[in-house]
Amino acid sequence: MDQPATNPAIDKVNRGLKRRYRAERRFRLCGATAVFAALCFLFILFFSIVSSGYKAFQKTFIQIDVFFDPAEFTNENLATANFPALIKASMSSRFPEVTARRDKKDLYYLISPGASFQLMKLIKNNPALIGQKERIWVSANDDVDMLLKGNIDRTRPESERRINDKQLAWLDTLAGEGKIKKTFNMAFFTLGDSREPEQAGIWGATCGSFYTLLITLSLSFPIGVAAAVYLEEFAPKNRWTDIIEVNINNLAAVPSIVYGLLGLAVFINFFGMPRSTPVVGGLVLTLMTLPIIIIASRASLKSVPPSIREAALGIGASKMQMVAHHVLPLALPGMLTGTIIGMAHALGETAPLLMVGMVAFIVDIPQGFTDPATVLPVQIYLWSDSPERAFMEKTSAAIMVLLVFLFLMNAVAIFLRKRFEIKW
Amino acid sequence: MESLFQTAESGILATAPKEKILSEVTSKTLHKARETVGDPFVENPRMTCREVNVYYGEKKAINNVNIDIARHEVIAMIGPSGCGKSTFLRCLNRMNDTIEGCRVTGDIRLDGMDIHDRNVDVVPLRARVGMVFQKPNPFPKSIFDNVAYGPKIHGLVQNKSELEEIVEASLKKAGLWEEAKDRLNQPGTGLSGGQQQRLCIARAIAVSPEVILMDEPCSALDPIATAKIEELIAELCEHYSIVIVTHSMQQAARVSQRTAYFHLGDLIEVGKTDRIFTNPRHQLTEDYITGRFG
Repeated sequence: MDQPATNPAIDKVNRGLKRRYRAERRFRLCGATAVFAALCFLFILFFSIVSSGYKAFQKTFIQIDVFFDPAEFTNENLATANFPALIKASMSSRFPEVTARRDKKDLYYLISPGASFQLMKLIKNNPALIGQKERIWVSANDDVDMLLKGNIDRTRPESERRINDKQLAWLDTLAGEGKIKKTFNMAFFTLGDSREPEQAGIWGATCGSFYTLLITLSLSFPIGVAAAVYLEEFAPKNRWTDIIEVNINNLAAVPSIVYGLLGLAVFINFFGMPRSTPVVGGLVLTLMTLPIIIIASRASLKSVPPSIREAALGIGASKMQMVAHHVLPLALPGMLTGTIIGMAHALGETAPLLMVGMVAFIVDIPQGFTDPATVLPVQIYLWSDSPERAFMEKTSAAIMVLLVFLFLMNAVAIFLRKRFEIKW
Repeated sequence: MESLFQTAESGILATAPKEKILSEVTSKTLHKARETVGDPFVENPRMTCREVNVYYGEKKAINNVNIDIARHEVIAMIGPSGCGKSTFLRCLNRMNDTIEGCRVTGDIRLDGMDIHDRNVDVVPLRARVGMVFQKPNPFPKSIFDNVAYGPKIHGLVQNKSELEEIVEASLKKAGLWEEAKDRLNQPGTGLSGGQQQRLCIARAIAVSPEVILMDEPCSALDPIATAKIEELIAELCEHYSIVIVTHSMQQAARVSQRTAYFHLGDLIEVGKTDRIFTNPRHQLTEDYITGRFG
């Protein structure tokens, strides 16, 4: 401070100072802008999905008075009774003025075809109902559901809406009597796929995803970790291991549909495994996630400080003991994170599963690894392709379910990392 | 501007003579056969090393070293950076095996047993020749587990009380018992640097080695912690042979009975520590200990 002018170097430094700080400010601004833009896109994504999907968690029901006519239950097997006729009879008795054939058809249309299964279940559980009159809430047709959720515009000309004026009048009458209600859509979470949107649920796909990922996890984690440990700790460093390493990195970048074709050729055509099943899907996804897990595991093995290895070897631990007692526990958090990222990847994968037939329309909930199944992302793909308006909100709802699972998996990854992380 | 240049120039001038000396020394010694001077051999040695050469790939890091390590002595290895003293130390328990591309030739014997023999397993060898590293490297486990690990994997104990005895004895020998006895279950990594290094020494002596190799054990420690480790070394040499690599000549003078001076992969001079520091016989040794280079 005494002689500021005598040191020319400091002058130069001071002159450059402003520029340096300006560069830093510019860089920080760029970073902040990037983060902001990313958050904006994320918000738009979530907003669009939630706003178009939240209504799918509600479902419209219509209350009808069903008379379980003993004349219908003459057969020994109660399930063969004509349940649709019971519903039709109950609707006709509610609106006796409807006589024309066409109008009757329109009237019956208001009730979901799935309602007769509901009655069947009711009788199966309680045969004593035969001969009695019951008040039952049955699910409404998807178009009624759409109307009540405001997705069908009443003001448009009759020819352009899927609910005609007469049907509107009947529904208004029913609504006036309090016989229409919207409740939580349990069916969406408990049923499999269906051609009728009001009967379509996510549970079948969820089970399919669960079985598929179970196969993937139980194969890819042990194989991936073992491969990584061998390559990193035991394998000699020579041309062969170099080639293997390069190929693993290449495999991680192979488009997933190629794995699908591979799975189709090898697992289904060559080994004759059953198509459209979680076992084949799981194997294909195992192939796909293996490189990711191997690369992540090797990286986390590499990050274990060499001093720990030396310490273990220095007191006479064998190589296996060094790896098992010291290196693996330290590398485990990174391996688990890599594995869960790979699994999240597998959970959201669609393309390879299309190739092995998991895109089939499957109504039944899969009960095991060899039952035909579909998975969540494929279900989303199937529904997004369906023409019914009601499937649109189902698509968004299914995306929300998938995202919830992804968030859960990432939360588990963070939890595991925190839990097993060893600090020093 | 001018003043800056001047300082730079004068800086060069200041270093010039030293570099000159170094280059002279190197050129002179390159032509001269590097016979080890002094007394590298002792009677009834714990370890003997004959014609030891170490190669890293094509590069020769250790050139024809012959030396004995006596029983119950502290031998210090000194020399400028990169002279191969750590590399040589790591030959003694075959830690160099773990380095890719490293090759050791020659004859190293522990109590007459060739450690490179086909029938010699490296695991028990490392139990007999323990090692303490430059940076304290306790396992990220509890203090107890750190010390107990060696006895456990070698099956030295039958039950828990024996294990506890060994841990206590080792920590006492390493002078850490008083500080650590109330926190045996806390992580070893939570100790201070000096305590961590003593923990590493306790870990090494828990498997009852015959030789302890120390690779600059105090270079990461402050003077007080260093003094403690040095005291400990003096006590430990009653039971063990200790080979210590150090950069500090004062430390070598304080702790060791014999000193070996390495230079560019050659063992230049070995002798009683007092004699080496007062009356070095080789020109290079004298240059080094008088601080002319290194």
